[in-house]
Amino acid sequence: MNTLTLPFKLSVGNIASIFRKELKSYFNSAVAYVVIVVFFVLMGWFYAGNIFLMNAATLRDMFEYAGIIFLFIIPAMTMRLLAEENKSGTIELLTTKPLQDGEIVLGKFLACWAFVGITILPTLVYYLTIATHGEIDNGPVLGGYLGLLLMTGVYVACGLFASSLTENQIVAFMVGIFFCVALFFVDKTLIFMPDFATGVLQYLSVDYHFSNIARGVIDTRDVVYFASMLGFTLYLTVVSLERRKW
Amino acid sequence: MAIAVRNLTKLYGTEKAVDDISFDVKTGEILGFLGPNGAGKTTTMKIITCYMPPNGGSVEVDGHSVTEHSLEVRKKIGYLPEHNPLYMDMNVIEYLEYSSQLHGISKSDVKPRMREMVEVCGLGDVRHKDIGELSKGYRQRVGLAQAMIHDPEVLILDEPTSGLDPNQIVEIRHLIRQLGRAKTVILSTHILSEVQATCDRVIIINEGKIVADGTPEKLQEDFRGSETISLELKAGVTNAMTEMFPKIKSLQHVENVNYAGQDGNKHKFTLHTAKGSDIREELFHQAVAENWVVLEMTRSVTSLEEVFHKLTRAEEPKK
Repeated sequence: MNTLTLPFKLSVGNIASIFRKELKSYFNSAVAYVVIVVFFVLMGWFYAGNIFLMNAATLRDMFEYAGIIFLFIIPAMTMRLLAEENKSGTIELLTTKPLQDGEIVLGKFLACWAFVGITILPTLVYYLTIATHGEIDNGPVLGGYLGLLLMTGVYVACGLFASSLTENQIVAFMVGIFFCVALFFVDKTLIFMPDFATGVLQYLSVDYHFSNIARGVIDTRDVVYFASMLGFTLYLTVVSLERRKW
Repeated sequence: MAIAVRNLTKLYGTEKAVDDISFDVKTGEILGFLGPNGAGKTTTMKIITCYMPPNGGSVEVDGHSVTEHSLEVRKKIGYLPEHNPLYMDMNVIEYLEYSSQLHGISKSDVKPRMREMVEVCGLGDVRHKDIGELSKGYRQRVGLAQAMIHDPEVLILDEPTSGLDPNQIVEIRHLIRQLGRAKTVILSTHILSEVQATCDRVIIINEGKIVADGTPEKLQEDFRGSETISLELKAGVTNAMTEMFPKIKSLQHVENVNYAGQDGNKHKFTLHTAKGSDIREELFHQAVAENWVVLEMTRSVTSLEEVFHKLTRAEEPKK
């Protein structure tokens, strides 16, 4: 099959097969649609109702609300990705196929991330609403979407890692929320932290980097942060898969 | 595609699930793993399929080690795990297509292979159904189809007929015999008749150790105890106990005779003779000489079941 020279010699073909299967699985499941509906109901409740009250031609608040809502619903999307396989025993079939663990993890990760992307798509309605009523600066909008995608990517990776640790979807959900919330709120606790730690903790916060990008400026430090968080968490997931075999 | 297992050991915590076992499987051989539940059959299979690594010893499939060349080994193996795990939300066709993609079957070959599997495994009627809707028998067939779709040289089947009704069992066995003809197959079971019906060779495992290794006939031969002959003579004027019994007992090689009594017009005897002896001919001549009518004379062969009991019950720990 195609073995493009990706790092660690992963086969794109295998990743694509797993990606397609998992994405199809999302659309076959009721949970996925419930999640999308919940997302937009919450967005509508907290954000959309206030667009005209805010009277400002910016999507800033939308990105903030979206970020917080995703904090809770992404673990709901990722909870079954590996926990279900562990529970039903299909993990035994999957890991005895000629696949590398990295391919399995990447395939599932990308499928969920793509599904999140599809969930974000309809927010363009908000953009259109504001853009047609005021002068909106597109720089921060693009930055906001990019930041949102990267941030949700990290959440998906955390949720996937949580799912790999257990057979129980509820546990996967809760652990996933714990990881995501920890990453999000770490920079909100700076006041209580000793001085030497504040720099590190702020750097670790997903929200800090997201805010930077959402301003419309793409700083390499932020990109590096997201790339390394993704890489690290996905790597942990691969290790978790290996560990189960021992 | 030969398999070589050397000094294989696997621990679950401190418990030895597999304890220093060694055996070979020749290309094209159908090997049966026989053993009570918990004997180590599934664990051994999980190691051969690279699902888990051994704690000691080695396993090589066609010269490739399961620890060093895991990817190579997995390409050559088709596996049906215990409990046949499947994705319930996919339909049969989707699932088989997915399996073929994961095995790297080229795009042009996927459809023909799927058609062949559907036909061979009898999935034609249900191919558009979700796996969750299928009966156990059909699910087992899907599991087998998935194991064979990439035409692997090695098949590892863990209790392939588990949970099937007698008709389905016959079909699956037939399938295994057919498809296993050119392949190396290891199948595990605790149904003795299955081993007799499908396997070229048997390994009996108990408590992590191999206790027997050979063809079903050879094992029965090796573990044959004394010969047993069931004899039914027609009741006549003569008194069985006083007349027949001592004459039968005095025949050469007879170790023991049981008179089971008179059933209607038949006298029933059970003779135990020395191992390896076959006194049916002398018995016949004796009957002719004494004018007895032989209604039935049956020599019973040690069944595989008896071999199994002997080997696995004796190993029970003395508490």
